[in-house]
Amino acid sequence: MTQYLAKKAAILIGSLFLVTTLTFFLMHSIPGDPFVQDKAIPEEILKALHKHYGLDQPLYIQYGKYLDGVLHFELGPSFKYEGRTVNEIIADGFPVSFYLGMEALIIAVFGGIVLGSIAALNHMRWQDHMTMIIAVIGISVPSFILATFLQYLLAMKLDLLPVARWGTFSQTIMPAISLAALPMAFIARLTRANMVEVMQQDYIQTAKSKGLNSFQIVVRHAIRNALMPVVTYLGPLTAAVMTGSFAIEKIFGIPGLGQWFVTSITNRDYTVIMGTTIFYSAILMLCVFIVDLLYCLIDPRIQLKQEIDGR
Amino acid sequence: MEDKTYLFSPLSQAEKEAAFEHTAYAPQVSYWKDAWVRLKQNKPALFGLTTLILLIFMAIIGPFLSQYTYYETHLSLKNDPPSSAFWFGTDELGRDLFTRCWWGARISLFVGISASLIDLVIGVFFGAVAGLLGGKIEEWMMRFADVLYAIPYLLVVILLMVVIGSGILTIILALTITGWINMARIVRSQILQIKQQDYVRAAFALGASRRRVLLQHLIPNAMGPIIVTLTLTIPSAIFAEAFLSFLGLGVQAPIASWGTMANDGLPALRYYPWRLFFPATFISLTMLSFNLLGDGLRDAFDPRLKK
Repeated sequence: MTQYLAKKAAILIGSLFLVTTLTFFLMHSIPGDPFVQDKAIPEEILKALHKHYGLDQPLYIQYGKYLDGVLHFELGPSFKYEGRTVNEIIADGFPVSFYLGMEALIIAVFGGIVLGSIAALNHMRWQDHMTMIIAVIGISVPSFILATFLQYLLAMKLDLLPVARWGTFSQTIMPAISLAALPMAFIARLTRANMVEVMQQDYIQTAKSKGLNSFQIVVRHAIRNALMPVVTYLGPLTAAVMTGSFAIEKIFGIPGLGQWFVTSITNRDYTVIMGTTIFYSAILMLCVFIVDLLYCLIDPRIQLKQEIDGR
Repeated sequence: MEDKTYLFSPLSQAEKEAAFEHTAYAPQVSYWKDAWVRLKQNKPALFGLTTLILLIFMAIIGPFLSQYTYYETHLSLKNDPPSSAFWFGTDELGRDLFTRCWWGARISLFVGISASLIDLVIGVFFGAVAGLLGGKIEEWMMRFADVLYAIPYLLVVILLMVVIGSGILTIILALTITGWINMARIVRSQILQIKQQDYVRAAFALGASRRRVLLQHLIPNAMGPIIVTLTLTIPSAIFAEAFLSFLGLGVQAPIASWGTMANDGLPALRYYPWRLFFPATFISLTMLSFNLLGDGLRDAFDPRLKK
């Protein structure tokens, strides 16, 4: 198992390096200059700025310096916001996004598994149909539409929750639900499909014939096998919800990390683009790695299977 | 009488027909017909199909139903609520939202469907070649797809916009750069499965070329999952377009897609909610319809998967 995980880790670090390299060169191939905005800047000042940020050096030297910085977790200064470093920007935005993401993750995982199990246990009955209708709506309604709908209904019309801003728990409720809706619907469908299959297995029949009630069967026998695909999905999902969503942050005025992914690109803020991209990729790979680890612990068969599949 | 005493004497044609007259035959059903029969029994899928046909129909004729164009402004009638003159109301420049919505439908459906079709072509080709060749080539191809998948697509979008200018084609191109990967993965896994089947081995044993096996056996037999994936790719492409437009990176004024209309309507939510309501409803309805149809098709093509 150690060997298997070591191999996985090596692939992850290799991929991270590739993503860093690709993003660096892609970004520098965008025409335009981070310092030339609406107003024209005198030539000398522009030169001085370029010299200050090292943009006058050849690309491969900039690349080497950047890689060196990344290895020391030093992501450089922002080009656009003077006096701020990328590390500070991430340190400010990430806790907010992390908090919101965790709240959404809990709603999505818990809600999804419960809904999926209810549907599977009442297979082809009205509970099943109801749950699956909710799930398909959850998958179909984009998060930014759900967010504005909730904001209009709950905050503006019914006055139940604060419209926007960040700080108190009640302000996190609507954004968290908007973020959670799609993954919850997806998890519900995954859980249902797998649970239905698992419930037809022989060992579940055995458990039934021993006289266990359906709750005990689900909790003690079915859920472990039924949740394997859900665990796989959790890796990318956790990374995505933890790093924030631009649309949700824009709608609810949340100072999270998600906005930086977009504004940095439109601002040509090279170091922030690089920093947020690398940070996101690192989080994603870490989550995928943890899922692989969990997989080995939950189901020892998987290691062999993956080796046969050659993946 | 004499002849009939023989138990095994051959029957005449008329006697044969008479003997089988009351036998029930199952009609010969092709793969596609069989799927269609199952799809027809699936009410949500039929709802999706009907809604889609209606939406496409309205996208074609909708703009002609009203007397306004999508770009003409009525500055004295800004933010008018839905009325008999403006069925969906007007926006902040007094433009008719009904006409704009159906123009938006054209843009959104065009972007969604064409991006998905390009994904289909690239994805099927890439996935089929990887699955068929196998070995080191397959591993490198799929690793390449993984790396491409990891690049943030917003970066790609903006890069493209700067290089070739913003517009519908840029969005379609941006969506397809990473969009085909999912299709390629699904086709590859299908091909890997089908490759093991006896009839494929038989075809190879009879001396069929790889190209022939691919075109005659592998791709036709993977068609079910390919169509299902296509149906489920379209809503995600429509969503991606709406999302990009919502970020202000989509089609430029005065053309509107549903995403740009939703983006325009957002600040006015409190006082003029219809400006967001109509485009938001149509985005959701279209995605819902495609998802329902896609689920229905999956069940129809592969009843074993229906749980």
